Amino acid sequence: MAQGVEMTGRPATAAPFAIELKGISKAFGPVQANKDINIAVPKGTIHGIIGENGAGKSTLMSILYGFYRADAGEIFIGGRLTPIPDSQSAIRAGIGMVFQHFKLVQNFTVLENVVLGAEEGALLNTSLAKARAELQRLSRDYELDVNPDALIEDLSVGHQQRVEILKALYRQADILILDEPTGVLTPDEADHLFRILKGLRDQGKTVILITHKLREIMEATDNVSVMRRGTMVGTVKTAETSPEALAELMVGRKVLLEVEKKPATPGAVVLDVQNLRVVDEHKVERLKGVSLQIRAGEILGIAGVAGNGQSELLAALGGITKATGAVTLKGEALPLTGKGANGRARREAGIGHIPEDRQALGLIMDFAAWENMAFGYHHRPQYGAGAVLMDNAAVRAETDKQMAAYDVRPPIASLAAKSFSGGNQQKIVVAREIESGPDLLLIGQPTRGVDIGAIEFIHKQIVALRDAGKAILLVSVELDEIMSLSDRILVMFDGQVMGERDPEITNERELGLLMAGMTG
Amino acid sequence: MDKLPRWADVALVPFVSLLLAAIVAAIVLLVIGQSPTEAFKVMVEGALLSSYGWGYTLYYTTSFIFTGLAVTVAFHASMFNIGGEGQAQLGGLGVALVCLALPWPHWSVALLAAALGGAAFGAAWAAIPAYLQAKRGSHIVITTIMFNYIAASLLVYMLVDVLRPAGQMDPATARFPEGTNLPTLNHIPGLNLLFPKDVPANVTLFVALAAAWAVWMLLWRTRLGYEIRAFGKSEPAARYAGINPTKIIMVSMLISGGLAGMMAINNVMGESERLVQNAAEGAGFIGIAVALMGRNHPVGVLLAALLFGFLYQGGAELGLWTSIPIEMRIVVQGLVILFTGALDMMVRMILTRVFALFRGRPAAQGAV
Repeated sequence: MAQGVEMTGRPATAAPFAIELKGISKAFGPVQANKDINIAVPKGTIHGIIGENGAGKSTLMSILYGFYRADAGEIFIGGRLTPIPDSQSAIRAGIGMVFQHFKLVQNFTVLENVVLGAEEGALLNTSLAKARAELQRLSRDYELDVNPDALIEDLSVGHQQRVEILKALYRQADILILDEPTGVLTPDEADHLFRILKGLRDQGKTVILITHKLREIMEATDNVSVMRRGTMVGTVKTAETSPEALAELMVGRKVLLEVEKKPATPGAVVLDVQNLRVVDEHKVERLKGVSLQIRAGEILGIAGVAGNGQSELLAALGGITKATGAVTLKGEALPLTGKGANGRARREAGIGHIPEDRQALGLIMDFAAWENMAFGYHHRPQYGAGAVLMDNAAVRAETDKQMAAYDVRPPIASLAAKSFSGGNQQKIVVAREIESGPDLLLIGQPTRGVDIGAIEFIHKQIVALRDAGKAILLVSVELDEIMSLSDRILVMFDGQVMGERDPEITNERELGLLMAGMTG
Repeated sequence: MDKLPRWADVALVPFVSLLLAAIVAAIVLLVIGQSPTEAFKVMVEGALLSSYGWGYTLYYTTSFIFTGLAVTVAFHASMFNIGGEGQAQLGGLGVALVCLALPWPHWSVALLAAALGGAAFGAAWAAIPAYLQAKRGSHIVITTIMFNYIAASLLVYMLVDVLRPAGQMDPATARFPEGTNLPTLNHIPGLNLLFPKDVPANVTLFVALAAAWAVWMLLWRTRLGYEIRAFGKSEPAARYAGINPTKIIMVSMLISGGLAGMMAINNVMGESERLVQNAAEGAGFIGIAVALMGRNHPVGVLLAALLFGFLYQGGAELGLWTSIPIEMRIVVQGLVILFTGALDMMVRMILTRVFALFRGRPAAQGAV
């Protein structure tokens, strides 16, 4: 444990508490999501709740907002015992929630969305007029400017989030809970959000910020509570802690925030791509003649803003979409169209693929973990003799083995993929694709939505695969990740390769310019 | 939302749904001036309390197992096959052609050939909508519904203009040769002790049970079944894994159509012993309800098929022995479908609340 951490679950401030939770517990079947949680949030502070995916943060907030009933425990709002059986009670108690996925009607205006569900009387005009005046006041007071007559679908994600905050404030929320609010924001928008939150705090509101990003906690909160595996492991003053100490509390051991790797020793060319082109269903050329080579034992990183052809590159190499050009793997030409261009043929040729979107592509969310462990490899002889029958027992045995090796939690092979946290879902995909023994591994956004402990683990696996002499193509929108993992970096913009850089020499600014399409 | 325990999900929800359907049916009966208890008594006595009644109930059950399984297989590939009726009609044609083709030496050989014939015709009838879905994106629900009508018209043409023996008045084929007549349950040694009188239920029942086992094997024990279920859950993921969408749509619909077509060995070959117009009598549509209620699992399908067999036979008894109109049978079926299918979520939600209440009780006062 880090030193100087108070383990009582109570910050040192003696102010009255806006919210106090005592002994909250909640189990979902065999999974204990919250175990005897105690937390006290002083009035007029920004309180961070940090923890890895699956630590129980969202469950705790869902209990506070009346979505779940706790199995045991008590909730005090402003010092008074307040049962919250449903979200209506939560709103009455002055709690407002901004969800990770917004709950807005796309073709309504901002004003209509704010009023929706809080209309007074049968005629809409009076409530709309009242809401308009109130919105003006709120946007003046809190830097929450949004055009009240704009349609939601025309607003940027950052503005939509402000509408969610306005909705909560319009319902007279004194306590505002934000669940992973920056996941969808650009860095600029995130900074603006934090300014808004600080403004709210200064006006006496209480803000609870749920996140798994250490940077945000350090930047925006007054106190921070750390959760780990369903328990509250400590509450500290933000000013008195450090990212390293918090990371250690979250994960329960020392965490390397940097990747450790030796210099690469590249071998023969494994993948050779010449003039690869992909045209999408709207006849738009998304990949405009990409050429690249990857050698055995090296990681080629592809940097770029999302949507500049990286997804198409992965899909074309993974056999998901048709393409033109020439691709050879270990000297053998791969078909890019027709019958031979599919995921199964690519796997047989020796290409593994960790897709960008594990939930839409990499996993069948309703399937059990063991069924997912064979996904894409279900034809392999190890999973059943003959062409017809599948040896479920063999798949389960393999799954048990991989779950242990990759520390998938909980290690229950029969649990549906959707019941695992993001990081553990990703570990299932990573285990499957690495253990299939590929010569080339395609990796898209390996750590998107993955918690710190799992990021460290996944990065280690990728480096180990490189050191075992495999070729790796890494696509990520996280520049940090690209820079720390890659042996060479290609920058993509508008379906083309803008240039190659050496990660040892280049810097974020130079890459940023290339990502914006500037070659100067 | 909290989840229901598994036993409640599998057993309690359908039971409560059925109970609600029965209550509403009872109210309808009261409104039209009939006695619900009397009706219930007649239905149970007529369908379940005599070997004769069981003979009919099981006969209907057999048909519904086939069509229920047909819907189930397609459903796992996320294909909603509404065309079971048409495929069963075409299956009847296949069965009839096989039965009339040769002087079959023994019923077992004829059964094998007729099952293949019925399955082939049913599958062929499903193949066209499947192909249109796979290659052109034409929605399977629309095309299979249309194919039901085309099937009905085709059958009328075949029966009136092609297969009707010269001099026969009604649009039907000639009687099938003696060698194709399937043993009914009262002719099977051992079972004849239970069924002393002639009943329509026949050996096809065992074919249906075997089919249910085969569907379970297919879906949960084979690579093809794995691919079908994966594709049904997520087409983009299936593409990522190298599963061929065209193949899965075609294969699942062919199996589905084949199962619907095989139903004809029960009604056409086993019971009427010739092909008449509208031989499927709506069993194809009942299959949708059976699959829905049976949660698209072969075991569930068996139980649901038995329930609908009971409703069918019990309803017929109502028409025979009471002044309750036979249409009441359709009302009851409709209510069962409404409550077990369409209103399933409603029952589930209410039960979930009830369970949450019981669980909340041990928690401390003021708990949430």
